[in-house]
Amino acid sequence: MIFLFEFLYLLSAVLFIVGLKFLSSPPRARQGNTLAAVGMVVATVTLLAQLQFSPEGGGIHNLPLIAGAIAIGAIAGAVGARRVAMTDMPQMVALLNGCGGGAAALISVAEFLHKGEPRAGADTMFGCIIGSISLSGSVVAFAKLQGLVSEKAINSPIQKGVNGLLFLSLLGLVGWLGFAAGGANAFYALLGVSLAFGVLMVMPIGGADMPVVISLLNSFTGLAVAATGFVLENNALIISGTLVGASGTLLTMLMCKAMNRSLGNVLFAGFGSTTTASAAGAAGGAAKNYREVGVDDAAVLLANVQSLIIVPGYGMAVAQAQHAVRELADLLAKKGVDVKYAIHPVAGRMPGHMNVLLAEANVPYDQLFDLDQINPEFERADVALVIGANDVVNPAARTDTSSPIYGMPILDADKSRHVICIKRSMNPGFAGIDNQLYYEPRCSMLFGDAKGAVSKLVEAVKAL
Amino acid sequence: MNVTLMAEIWVFALAVFVGIEVISKVPVVLHTPLMSGTNAIHGIVMLGGVLVLAGAHEPVLMVLGFLAVVLGAMNLFGGFVVTDRMLEMFKARKKDGKA
Repeated sequence: MIFLFEFLYLLSAVLFIVGLKFLSSPPRARQGNTLAAVGMVVATVTLLAQLQFSPEGGGIHNLPLIAGAIAIGAIAGAVGARRVAMTDMPQMVALLNGCGGGAAALISVAEFLHKGEPRAGADTMFGCIIGSISLSGSVVAFAKLQGLVSEKAINSPIQKGVNGLLFLSLLGLVGWLGFAAGGANAFYALLGVSLAFGVLMVMPIGGADMPVVISLLNSFTGLAVAATGFVLENNALIISGTLVGASGTLLTMLMCKAMNRSLGNVLFAGFGSTTTASAAGAAGGAAKNYREVGVDDAAVLLANVQSLIIVPGYGMAVAQAQHAVRELADLLAKKGVDVKYAIHPVAGRMPGHMNVLLAEANVPYDQLFDLDQINPEFERADVALVIGANDVVNPAARTDTSSPIYGMPILDADKSRHVICIKRSMNPGFAGIDNQLYYEPRCSMLFGDAKGAVSKLVEAVKAL
Repeated sequence: MNVTLMAEIWVFALAVFVGIEVISKVPVVLHTPLMSGTNAIHGIVMLGGVLVLAGAHEPVLMVLGFLAVVLGAMNLFGGFVVTDRMLEMFKARKKDGKA
């Protein structure tokens, strides 16, 4: 009997792995998600059967409570997931991730109390610490993205000192619980300090870096779940948690690489806190000139070129302009313009977020090109149309060593024959950095909110 | 150290490599659904909550287990539904030229 259960757990693990594998190719990705969900059903049924029928299972107590809890969580999760807007996806993932981390922390506490020993095992403490950090960190990330607390990066020595103290007290508590039998109060202290550490870890990080943080916390929760698998001696939890922990870590690295920064720099440098100084410096310099272009002139230009590269940014998504952008692209394509989209790795607020937003507007994914594919093409492009993007096309990243974004790979929009930037005003963008591109002679500014401006462009192109 | 623990460590170590290997070829296009997809998979923590709750006799453990199952189920169901919603929208250019 026990072999049957273990075999079914193995089957669910294989389904998770194949599901993840399928997620790596666009045509099969949805199937992959479904396979992973099937794996989850197999694992759940197996666990319940094991509890009920295996000799050491001990039967299922509290079955109505279990069913009720699953029903509440399932309805809340599924309804929230159905309703959330695609632009709010980063917050949603942060919130769901926090739930998982919280569950792992609660399980660790319960198992510590259940065993009733004054000492705690390494797995129990690890699950508690990492799960709690993931929970409180995710809640702060959610609050920052939702605008409930300031998105600004904070970089103060006091805050670093407090973090250091918290870290030392975590180490102390771990030693006390692991070797000196600290008891329940020490475990509650461990929980509290971990929660505080999660808050203070994410609080100083600026909104622009939140994707990296969420991805990191995602892998944290995976590891916390793996730890609870060790505590509960369940292979399905160990495998799934570890898969997520490993892949999440890799994904985090990829995202840091896309911004040309190290993970340590993202977590501890307070990126963006220095930008007020540099923005003020830029404004204090000689008044720079920029060219403005009207909707009709822009429409004439766009309709008469061979190739156009659209550079969408988060500003486009916030204005919900993606449908209008797709309409414009379709119109121009009918007039014989070759339209491509250039997607920066950190466009939007999560890696690949922009792809999702454009997919929502029915833009086919084979028109979307990532940085390495599209950059050589800007030189040959007649027009680069920058919509609500700013830092990802700022040439300062290539040339100005004093700029906070120096070294970040950018889209070479400034190399195409003409550049049109749709922007509300000349105010600096998300990271608060002035953009040299706007003052280039080949660049024209089209002022207006992304949706309004693009809709007017659509009308103007139709009228031609 | 017993045999069970050793076997668990084997499983853990191998899963690290599988996790990295399986993900390493994912195109940027799919990074967001991948993040929320892996997020859904760690929703399996719900089963950990079920294990706690199914063996709980004291009120404290029942409350902790109950909350863990609720949170785990939110993570699990929310994650899969939201990932499916995203992936549903990914479509290739149709042959007839219309997007």
